Amino acid sequence: MAKPKIALYWCSSCGGCEESVIDLAEDLLTIAAIADIVFWPIAIDSKYKDVAAMNDGEITATLINGAIRMDEQEQMAKILRRKSKLLIAHGSCAHLGGVAGLANFYKAEDVLNRAYKEVPTVRNPQGILPKVKTIESGREVRLPFFHDTVKSLDQIVDIDYYIPGCPPTPELIKEAIMMVLEDGLPPRGSILAEKKALCDTCPRRDGRPDKLKIKAFKRLHETEWDPARCFLDQGIICLGPATRGGCSARCINANMPCRGCFGPIDNVRDQGAKSLSFLTSIIDSKDEEELKKIADSIPDPAGLFYRYSLASSMLRGRQ
Amino acid sequence: MNGFEPKIVGFLCNWCSYEGADSAGRARKEYPANLRVVRVLCSGRTDPQFIIEAFKEGADGVMILGCPLGDCHYQDGNFQTLRRYTVLKKVLAQFGIEEDRLRLDWVSANEGDKFVRIVWEMVNGIKKLGPLHQARVENGKT
Ligand code: SF4
Ligand code: SF4
Ligand code: FES
Repeated sequence: MAKPKIALYWCSSCGGCEESVIDLAEDLLTIAAIADIVFWPIAIDSKYKDVAAMNDGEITATLINGAIRMDEQEQMAKILRRKSKLLIAHGSCAHLGGVAGLANFYKAEDVLNRAYKEVPTVRNPQGILPKVKTIESGREVRLPFFHDTVKSLDQIVDIDYYIPGCPPTPELIKEAIMMVLEDGLPPRGSILAEKKALCDTCPRRDGRPDKLKIKAFKRLHETEWDPARCFLDQGIICLGPATRGGCSARCINANMPCRGCFGPIDNVRDQGAKSLSFLTSIIDSKDEEELKKIADSIPDPAGLFYRYSLASSMLRGRQ
Repeated sequence: MNGFEPKIVGFLCNWCSYEGADSAGRARKEYPANLRVVRVLCSGRTDPQFIIEAFKEGADGVMILGCPLGDCHYQDGNFQTLRRYTVLKKVLAQFGIEEDRLRLDWVSANEGDKFVRIVWEMVNGIKKLGPLHQARVENGKT
């Protein structure tokens, strides 16, 4: 019997998700022994035309990481959807829009101006911006079109499964691929991680008081924090209570609070609103003026609560 | 902004503010028809997701009305509302939704007059701000 085929592709991403596949290390060899990796631009020499030449549904599963910002990405997502039995959103950007999706707080024009004209490390005296079509020494050069907004993958194509995380842990990726190869997948649409919130499996959970009460939020540089005590209990914002578990609490174990990359737990439509709800519920004040001060101790609240999910949130970005 | 009639969604707590609105109605007091009322058991039940959804679905303004502080029938529900609201306003501002588009106030069961005044203030305030989705409508996006 022919080996099952696996493909991997990246869209608007930082490369971290690709790295998380490389971090499978020897396990990659195990996978390569039972499946053919037929397309993976970062690692193997296969071309778009090779994918285009495949039959529909020929690939057993494709993992796509990164959000969708450009039309080339959109087209590739659609082609890979057609050629694959299963399409898996790999990582926070594909799953929710991710950090790349924070650009939806700005207009496309502002993003391009910032990146190509304003940043102090760029010199662009002619103010050249990328264009879809440029004539260079008599030849036409084309670049993908830069869309108005960033989208999560399921806003473009149907997705069968999600592997959350920025990036996902190699363990989760391996588990997901093995589930595909061994026919052990949960119902379609599932998020392949824990069902419960991160706090549930957090190593700092035991000492955490039942009722948390916070008078002021402290930023990390403003305090010396106890590496064994629950972050929230120390007045440091941690989004563990409103974030899906499954990451092995890797930030917590590196003594950093959770920022929500695994997305919301089941049945939550808007991760930011939910995180805000929970965080404000532990504020210990009934006084309007004091509450305003405490609110001011959360810098960039929208950027905090929507760090990984802006593009897929209810409002999707700036109105 | 000629002829602009804002859509306003009001989350009114069952025990005080909804009663207050009802008493205004019984007394045949007039208030603008721009308000769509959603009855919630307690203002504290107004999940921020509801508010965001209202804006997403086309509201130009959202009001949350609850029992006066100290009088919530579930003890602390309205303090919970106040805490959320204080932070939510800042978040909405970052989304380009002006702070005045979200209002929190307290209306007790016998404050029909106050209810009417708040609705007028809200409607007039939003009329000055204009439609929330104007830009999107002009770009043909909605
Ligand atoms: S709030 Fe953060 S540190 Fe505290 S138990 Fe939850 S995940 Fe762990
Ligand atoms: S602790 Fe939070 S931010 Fe860190 S990996 Fe886990 S889910 Fe992501
Ligand atoms: S019951 Fe009215 S605010 Fe809680």
